[in-house]
Amino acid sequence: MVNFKLNGLEVAVEKGTTLLEAARFYGIEIPTLCYDAGLSPYGACRLCLVEVGEPGKSRLVTSCTYPAREGLQVRTHSQWVVNTRKLIIELYLATCPSSKTIQDLASRYHVTGVRFRQKHEDCILCGLCIRYCSEQMQAKAIGFINRGEKRRISTPFERKAEECRFCGGCMYICPACQARCQGPEEKEAVCNACLNLSPPCLDRFNDAMCYLDPCVACEQGRKE
Amino acid sequence: MAKVAEELKNGQKETAGQNNVSLVALLQEVQERYNYLPEDVLRELAREKNLSLMEMYSVATFYKSFSLQPRGKHKVATCSGTACHVRGSEKVTEELSRVLGIKPGETSQDGAYSLETVNCLGACALAPLVVVDGEYHGNMTAARAAALIKEHLKKSRGLSAAELEQDVEKKAWEGCSCAILLAGNDKK
Repeated sequence: MVNFKLNGLEVAVEKGTTLLEAARFYGIEIPTLCYDAGLSPYGACRLCLVEVGEPGKSRLVTSCTYPAREGLQVRTHSQWVVNTRKLIIELYLATCPSSKTIQDLASRYHVTGVRFRQKHEDCILCGLCIRYCSEQMQAKAIGFINRGEKRRISTPFERKAEECRFCGGCMYICPACQARCQGPEEKEAVCNACLNLSPPCLDRFNDAMCYLDPCVACEQGRKE
Repeated sequence: MAKVAEELKNGQKETAGQNNVSLVALLQEVQERYNYLPEDVLRELAREKNLSLMEMYSVATFYKSFSLQPRGKHKVATCSGTACHVRGSEKVTEELSRVLGIKPGETSQDGAYSLETVNCLGACALAPLVVVDGEYHGNMTAARAAALIKEHLKKSRGLSAAELEQDVEKKAWEGCSCAILLAGNDKK
């Protein structure tokens, strides 16, 4: 067993457990886009960033690829982490606003605007489909081609791959494929239709006073 | 073509464990042999060695030194690294492009020459650099580079200086957009 501190709490997990798995095991929510429990971690989406190390000497690491170590100090919801996470979601909104998954994340984490030049990509290069194809389907019919800004997902020689069995797994797992609720033509970059009301109790107390999700009772007390 | 994999396998002494092949080394060997990575050879290799074609294609498109298109017998490269750029490699590339009648990244129609730009050759003191068939030529200017290539052309094509000049002019005219427009009109 490995003992370390998770948000100030003494926790113990089995050797080899990643920080993300540990946090989720202890009920702490960390958002991800490129992680799937059945696939190898990849560390591409950067949403699962957590702060490790002593205050003052800490750094941000991707929790999905970082194994728990003895005596480690991990903070999953420090100001630094939360702000960085919001910035990353904002960047995803600027890249790929048509994705429901990303819009949901924006609502969930209170990202209400985009300060970057708006693009309309249909892929965030998270590599989930590629890992699904090779690890779950043992097909390796799709993969990354080129590099840098020309990097994209394709088949060998950009023709139909012989290995493809039309399982549809790549589309099933894709976080960018499911269109946002208002359809793809929506002009606004941020949907926020299901913006979760932030519990106003957090303005007055250090901890949430209840664990209802969504926070129904907070609706009346919500501040603009 | 079935022989290809067998031959390459024999040729690869240290890198070839049937299931643990160094893909880059393998592709380099293919490229050395064919001057580029032919699709059918890659497909054959993937089948013979039980490799993933997708992985091969990924690696082949990732590295700039691999080419999936046939490349010329003689490779001409100009350096476009910072030092070379500052000292005017752009002009050199333009001039070479004009003399050879091909743009950077292209291969001449007869398959004799290909022109490309590379990012740094590590000899910045000699900037700007031109590499012809692995031979480094430093302190290039447009004029010196043109002379160098013309000399090479003369040798490889057996043309006289006057013939060569004519050839270059013709190529430049062919490459001109008006020529394309004229050809388009002819078809109509």
